[in-house]
Amino acid sequence: MKNYKKDFPLLMQNPTVYIDNAATAQRPQAVLDAVNGFYQRHNANPLRGIYELSVEATEDYENSRRAVQRFIGAAHPEEIIFTRNTTESINLIAYSYGLSNVAEGDEVLVSIMEHHSGLLPWQMVCRQTGAKLRFIECESDGSLDLNKVEALINDKTKIVAATQVSNVLGREYPIREIARMAHKNGAVMVADGAQSTPHIPVNVTELGVDFFAFSGHKLYGPMGIGVLYGKEELLNKMPPFLTGGEMIESVARDSAVYAEIPHKFEAGTVNAAGAVGLNAAIDYVKGVGFDEIHRREFEVSGYALDRMREIDGINIIGSDKAEEHNGIITFTVDDVHPHDISEILASDGVAVRAGHHCAQPLLKHLGYRATVRASFAFYNTKEDADKFLESISTVRERMGYGKQKLL
Amino acid sequence: MENRSFYNEILTEHNIHPDFKHDIPDADIVLDGVNPSCGDEIQLKLKIDGDIITDGAFVGDGCAISQASTDIMLGMIIGRKKEEAVKMGNTFMRMIRGEASEEEIESLEEASALRDISHMPARVKCAMLGWRTLSEALKNES
Repeated sequence: MKNYKKDFPLLMQNPTVYIDNAATAQRPQAVLDAVNGFYQRHNANPLRGIYELSVEATEDYENSRRAVQRFIGAAHPEEIIFTRNTTESINLIAYSYGLSNVAEGDEVLVSIMEHHSGLLPWQMVCRQTGAKLRFIECESDGSLDLNKVEALINDKTKIVAATQVSNVLGREYPIREIARMAHKNGAVMVADGAQSTPHIPVNVTELGVDFFAFSGHKLYGPMGIGVLYGKEELLNKMPPFLTGGEMIESVARDSAVYAEIPHKFEAGTVNAAGAVGLNAAIDYVKGVGFDEIHRREFEVSGYALDRMREIDGINIIGSDKAEEHNGIITFTVDDVHPHDISEILASDGVAVRAGHHCAQPLLKHLGYRATVRASFAFYNTKEDADKFLESISTVRERMGYGKQKLL
Repeated sequence: MENRSFYNEILTEHNIHPDFKHDIPDADIVLDGVNPSCGDEIQLKLKIDGDIITDGAFVGDGCAISQASTDIMLGMIIGRKKEEAVKMGNTFMRMIRGEASEEEIESLEEASALRDISHMPARVKCAMLGWRTLSEALKNES
């Protein structure tokens, strides 16, 4: 079995069992080299200078845009807007498209599975416009009943927003079908790809979404670079989100002509090094291949899930099937608060996330207050899973609840 | 597996079998204490006679640290003068911030079982919840 950890300097230097990949992944050497290489060889402010360095910086930046375009199957490079992260991408849609196209009496439909960053921007739009915020709710195992979804969409619905993969359940949702229902009623479809892009091949054209957002840092790329995909005809009609430098054609004392897309939405000096790093991350991911990524994640997280079911007092949230988890295992341990579980795991050198995972409405809907999340990436090994399992099998005992036995 | 975590017997015992986790229907002071980011929630209940805290209890949910720390606190302050309780709270906070002397830490009796929190910034709020709520409750009262 190939040791992918060798590609990741942090994992080679640090003995931590890192299974908090849904929060942020580690970066391979190729990404670190690409960022470094940009600053060492091509650094200049892109898009403005006439001199060679600035031309090179611009080329690097625009090549990254085309790499993202190919990676998610967008029709045109102009449909790719670089942002800081998924949160900023969704805020851009909400402030620019949402505030100009939603009015009192309209409805915005979001799924209960949204990360807070996919919910709060729509709360803002509804507060400011007087529109009604409605929710697509999942079943207790996290699955969706599409008939219920269809019943929620009507001619008042202007925006439907759903995450493609839940950051709590790891489950993939049928975005293509939801997008079709939205379009039948004249609504636009926004998909959050923060948790899907690291695990499954995405094609925004096939999905039929109008907007799609994801972050570089969960895809083994740098922090501070994110992507918003938007359909050209929508982006063209939308007002800018932020205004200032590098997003204009010309400026007079009291007016300005904005640049064409995508630059209309990229005000200020851009994160060119971040974009170059994201390009390298996409190359790296393509090199490993989604088949291999899926195979490895399924193997290790499936093994962990099976073993967790044999430990007394552990409750796994979401699907019974490992293939529906995309490496994400969210769970509780009877009588032990998630923060204490995570503290004990940390003392054994295992890094997981505890709390509400920025999805409080989902946890409340499923009947939990807080949980622990272990999220495996393709570089995690069975040995990582074993260290995690050894630690969680002792949690109740170490919290004073008597010795645990295997069922 | 060797217990490398800091959950010693004093903490786990107070968490699982708290002495003071119950209601006091006729409490003189009732105050909510919440750590919104992690979901620790307690309600502190005190009975006061003049200067003296004559009884105290708590209800609520949270991690072992918040629950054990509150339970230990109540064991220390019941029967004491309000100003003594506030002083203990200040010493406890100094210990959690890593500023207390050995002598001060010893004066905290069982609460000294939480001294290692000073190396665990993410859990400071949990350990402080009971003491912070107590200090607010007594401040409001006077």
